[in-house]
Amino acid sequence: MTEFFQSLGLTYEWAWGLATIAGILLIALPLMLSVAMVIYVDRKVWAAINLRRGPNVVGPFGLLQSFADGLKVFLQETIIPSAANKGIFILAPIVTFTVALAAWAVVPFSATAVLADINIGLLYILAISSLSVYGVVMSGWASNSKYPFFSAMRAAAQMISYEVSIGFILVCVVLFAGTFNLNDIVRAQEGFGLGVINAYGIHPLLFPMWVMFFISCLAETQRVPFDLTEAESELVAGYQTEYSSMSFALFWLGEYANILLMCILNALLFWGGWLPPIDWAPLYYVPGIVWLLLKTFFFFFMFSWVMATVPRYRYDQLMRLGWKVFLPISLGFVVVISGYLMATGHFG
Amino acid sequence: MIQTLAFYLFAALVIASAVMVIMARNPVHSVLWLILAFFNAAGLMVLVGAEFIAALLLIVYVGAVAVLFLFVVMMLDIDFAELRAGFVKNFPLGIAIALVLAAELIFGIGAYQAGQLELGVASGVAAPALDASNTASIGAVLYRDYVFLFEAAGIILLVAMVGAIVLTHRRTENARGQQDISRQVRRNPDEATVMKQPEVGRGVDL
Repeated sequence: MTEFFQSLGLTYEWAWGLATIAGILLIALPLMLSVAMVIYVDRKVWAAINLRRGPNVVGPFGLLQSFADGLKVFLQETIIPSAANKGIFILAPIVTFTVALAAWAVVPFSATAVLADINIGLLYILAISSLSVYGVVMSGWASNSKYPFFSAMRAAAQMISYEVSIGFILVCVVLFAGTFNLNDIVRAQEGFGLGVINAYGIHPLLFPMWVMFFISCLAETQRVPFDLTEAESELVAGYQTEYSSMSFALFWLGEYANILLMCILNALLFWGGWLPPIDWAPLYYVPGIVWLLLKTFFFFFMFSWVMATVPRYRYDQLMRLGWKVFLPISLGFVVVISGYLMATGHFG
Repeated sequence: MIQTLAFYLFAALVIASAVMVIMARNPVHSVLWLILAFFNAAGLMVLVGAEFIAALLLIVYVGAVAVLFLFVVMMLDIDFAELRAGFVKNFPLGIAIALVLAAELIFGIGAYQAGQLELGVASGVAAPALDASNTASIGAVLYRDYVFLFEAAGIILLVAMVGAIVLTHRRTENARGQQDISRQVRRNPDEATVMKQPEVGRGVDL
């Protein structure tokens, strides 16, 4: 894109700057639109599983429901509790939203369509996703109210616990790919399975890793069955209790942007990203972004499927799963996989 | 040009937020300023081309250590009157620490003014490898050149961790609230329920 702006007669610096801003807008605006649509899909899937109709009034098939909700919260009054710590109370939703958008900078949508093709792409995503806990903790503390505070405590402990095992699972993928660059990780999956299937996920050592990654993603994004932080039967609405209007909407947008990010990571790291599922020449005529979005959408469907069918964990069960089950298994798999790769001469 | 601007922006923000860490009245604000300082330090690391260190700084310090700080500090019940009451008592100690820090600063600046320390020329192994990526060169240094020192550091940390767990772990005798998942899964209706048909006017012996 820099070349395009240079061809308009701009110097390199200005062209680069404009190209970066255009790239950010090209990612952020469709992302916001897809978050709105994905909330609609989520509600429709729950409704279908519960034998209800779901949103069906606003627009054809209720397609405009999310926009109507958005307009509603936009027109509401922002209420700041008098006992709240004002600065941090306002900052918290902004942090959540910004962090949720920032991680998308390194996501490769196709071989060339990536905003920042950096060497440490995966570490960057890990770093940014570990920041998302701050939005929750800050809002919980600043609200100066007991339910948000409980929620913030739970969120901090939960996200740290599951980040540890996510880190080890990512190490396994990095061991196979030999790089932190997301584009190179996708390229390394080309013809990985028996020379025909473009996916890490079908390897017998990596498939259990993917299952654990999927469950850890649910915990990391605080979805059911791990939504202890906003358990409405115990904590009203958790950290969002005191929030209203746009500050509340920012939490929602950030949450769903995070969920989409986790879905796209599932597709990129384990199921071939923008590569077609089978290494067969005619399939490569379909643009990479179509494959990537199809896979992402499938994982999003699995997220809402789980949400509609599984009851919530108890807090001690959540901690037990994180520390006593996932951590030892993922650590063991790091050892086994590196041993396997050394034995089979993967590193040459 | 833009690198210089970015450097001064990050450096100024590091210093400003570090000052705010000790100036802030509220401990939670202090921790949040500390996080901002870590963040800008990571920015400085990116500027010198050490992106791996920058990512580690974010993951380890911002993502884990500072969250635990915040976790503890948030639970503090802060009484500002009590904080001020301790001021006179702790004043001599504070003065002593300030003197030590001031002496260190003076020595540091004096040593800096005296010129560079002769460390010799970087030889062979530790010299920067320009073609390898950041991650690969750190890996080569840690796991090839200094593998025994690295393992020794790992063992020391492991011992510290085991020590902390041994000191705090308490075995509870009553199993209430502790779940034995395998026992739950093994249970089936035959052994969990009993069918009884008591006569009218009589109870059931359990």
